Amino acid sequence: MNGGADLGGMQGFGPVVDEPEYPKFHQPWESRVMAIVVALGACRQWNIDQSRYARESLPPADYLRFSYYRIWLEGAQKLLLSTGMVTVEELAEGKLHRPAIQVANKMEAEKVWDMLHALGGAADRPAQGEPSFAIGDRVSTINTHPQSHTRLPRYARAKTGTISKVLGFHVFPDISAKGDRDDPQWLYQVCFSARELWGGDKNPRDKVTLDLWEPHLMAMTDD
Amino acid sequence: MSHDHDDHSHLSDTDARVRALESLLVEKGYIDSKALDIIIDTYETKIGPRNGAQVVAKAWSEPDYFKWLMEDATAAISSLGFTGRQGEHMVAVANSDDTHHLVVCTLCSCYPWSVLGLPPTWYKSPPYRSRAVIDPRGVLADFGITLPETTAVEVHDSTAETRYLVIPRRPNGTDGMSQEDLAALVTRNSMIGTGLALSSDAV
Repeated sequence: MNGGADLGGMQGFGPVVDEPEYPKFHQPWESRVMAIVVALGACRQWNIDQSRYARESLPPADYLRFSYYRIWLEGAQKLLLSTGMVTVEELAEGKLHRPAIQVANKMEAEKVWDMLHALGGAADRPAQGEPSFAIGDRVSTINTHPQSHTRLPRYARAKTGTISKVLGFHVFPDISAKGDRDDPQWLYQVCFSARELWGGDKNPRDKVTLDLWEPHLMAMTDD
Repeated sequence: MSHDHDDHSHLSDTDARVRALESLLVEKGYIDSKALDIIIDTYETKIGPRNGAQVVAKAWSEPDYFKWLMEDATAAISSLGFTGRQGEHMVAVANSDDTHHLVVCTLCSCYPWSVLGLPPTWYKSPPYRSRAVIDPRGVLADFGITLPETTAVEVHDSTAETRYLVIPRRPNGTDGMSQEDLAALVTRNSMIGTGLALSSDAV
């Protein structure tokens, strides 16, 4: 969607301000939100793409104003409500009104280390068929503006680039974010010149790569 | 800049909301507060950029490992025990005289947690996410880095579950240094591309 999260190429936010490695959190609640979101993921009531969509579909002004962990908090609350894990009244009062729904799993304290190091979050799936593109192929991205989730950002739509890696057969987030199926597709690293994306005054050597799925791409014939 | 922080008057409200949410979720049996403590401790003290620095130091020291890392970064990094969330599909990119790599996630905050831990605030904030792709040389200047025009800047926008680790250039004068000493030269920012490895006299 063309929401507040699709930031590539926007201007006017000012300089980037570096920070040291510590402190990792700037308010005590930030660490709790991070951990709540990680622990709720283990319940498997939603996938990572649904979780990204819940955040990026916040009103743009809020998305730009909120700190990142505040965005995570708002996204988690939307998902908790939409899956029926909690009710509006429960959130407002912080008290239980209805029994919990059955969830797939729970991150117990003694399982945390193993669960954080497990490979269960892998996005690749057994390959079906062959990739349509090979390294070096010229491709063009589609022009699309769905209201739903997409990993093809605005700045890279209807642009021409070159396949630079074939990354495997991966869950397709644009569909997976709807929650009912993975719809895996071939995934590629696609390399664009800075001039193709941003115009002729950019350094001719500079490039931007994006990782895009086959439905985002069209073959280019030699011109 | 204050983009990264809510208005201060809202902070106590947010703190109260988060406490209420945690206690509700615990009461409903979905989460365990002790598990949250362990998750926080893990990402505060155990999984961080020292993991990535070990990968880089080994890659600088062992040509076979470097080759493996370039061909199959997920396997090469897993072999050191660095596995798990936000590191399931790794790609390593090596800086050279010709090319400087810079990693961003314009759409959210994708970051290689297994080797770098949690991202710094700036990595998740609008100034970096907006500008890294359109003005990477300007972003590098914010970090005090000026590259010659003849060095290409290659920006990697992490739009899939692929996570990028930059292998910075090995500093001059480090021949014969141990991997442990080399790792101390490898900063978090140097593995994102917004920094360079420290010079050998920093150890």
